[in-house]
Amino acid sequence: MDFSIILENLNVYFDGLQNTLILVSVSLIVGLIFAIPLAVLRTSKNIVINGPIWAFTYFFRGTPLLVQMFLIYYGTGQFDFIKDSFFWIFFKEAYFCALFAFSLNTCAYTTEIIRGAIENTPHGEVEAAKAAGMSMLLRIRRIILPSAFRRALPSYGNEIIFMLHGSSLASVITIIDITGAARKINSTYYSPYEAFLTAAVFYLCITFLIIWLVKRLEYSWSGHLRRD
Amino acid sequence: MLSLHGYGPSILQGTILTIELCLASLVVSMFLGIITALAKLSGTRVLSVPAQAYTTVIRGIPDLVLMLLIFYGGQVLINQIGPMAGYDEYIDINPFVAGISTIGFIFGAYMAETFRGAILAVPESQLEAGRAYGMSRIQVFIRVLLPQMVRHAIPGFGNNWLVLMKATALVSIIGLKDMVRMAGLAGGATRKPFTFYMAVAFIYLILTSISILVLNWLNDKYSVGFVKD
Repeated sequence: MDFSIILENLNVYFDGLQNTLILVSVSLIVGLIFAIPLAVLRTSKNIVINGPIWAFTYFFRGTPLLVQMFLIYYGTGQFDFIKDSFFWIFFKEAYFCALFAFSLNTCAYTTEIIRGAIENTPHGEVEAAKAAGMSMLLRIRRIILPSAFRRALPSYGNEIIFMLHGSSLASVITIIDITGAARKINSTYYSPYEAFLTAAVFYLCITFLIIWLVKRLEYSWSGHLRRD
Repeated sequence: MLSLHGYGPSILQGTILTIELCLASLVVSMFLGIITALAKLSGTRVLSVPAQAYTTVIRGIPDLVLMLLIFYGGQVLINQIGPMAGYDEYIDINPFVAGISTIGFIFGAYMAETFRGAILAVPESQLEAGRAYGMSRIQVFIRVLLPQMVRHAIPGFGNNWLVLMKATALVSIIGLKDMVRMAGLAGGATRKPFTFYMAVAFIYLILTSISILVLNWLNDKYSVGFVKD
């Protein structure tokens, strides 16, 4: 093995790292912003509200991310009304399609994570809020969501890691993320070990960093529950 | 019913390949998972440290990177080893074998964690009782541990299976003719990629839905005799 190839091309990996970080963080933020209201609505007993959100999460959690990305990247070109519309300047870009697919995907998973956490809210907390005279919106904002976030955090940490790993698929539609960088180096120098092992090390480091950050956040969010 | 322009049979062929791949990788991953779980719990460092490293490292790397590493790297490795063993022709890795081994290898790590948790959930005293009856270690494993850990393993196992099934879509990238690849070819030929990818998405949804039903049934079956809490 000859890692001097990697050292000479380290800047390719760092450009890839930048793309990976942008893809992951933007889609996580967009996904989370939409997931919070969707999760609250998903707990509704009314099937007209609850049903479509269920269908959305069922579809995006039941199909591979790769297929979703292909549907958006290759699929949208099939329709003339999209091609002729203003939106085509976005949908013809691989970068936008990857972001769009990742955001929808993580939004579906996050919605279900938060919904689960909301449904596990201790009944007493809600009752106390009602007794204190809080309106429904105030209750959601002050009591239900903060308590649900605390319970959702460990699963959400997993979702962040899944998204990081899922973002490697962007390399399939020509984006140079970390995996894309490795594929580029491999095809230029025909050195699969060096190229992909380096990518693996990058991903491992980011994964460990995320695990550490989530642990710290869990610790600080559970301050009022600690007894020492 | 949406028209598949005569590509229905080729998508169906791809579906069969996807299902074969899922089942074969599942067998590999369960085998690796149970061995790794036992190695982790063995209490011998020679076994538990490599097992720990395997589960930690594999779960920290994207499936796609591992698949490309094994597919391209394995190719180079085999052709370096080949001549040493006196085999001079160029060896091509069969993508089907590469796919099964990669997915099996990745999900072996996830299965190991599930099985480890399930083994730990069986009360130690049960195993002790088995040993007190004079059963050998293998007998205790088969007669006492295995039947009881299944119940604890099913939820995690089901989760892993659903993720594994979706991960098989990646093999289309290394050139296997699974249903995603078939949809890509059909979509390219007819210039209707959306139709074909959507069809494949629905096949995945059907597979997922059937799996969930079967898993729920299994869960109920193995929970007979336990009080629901």
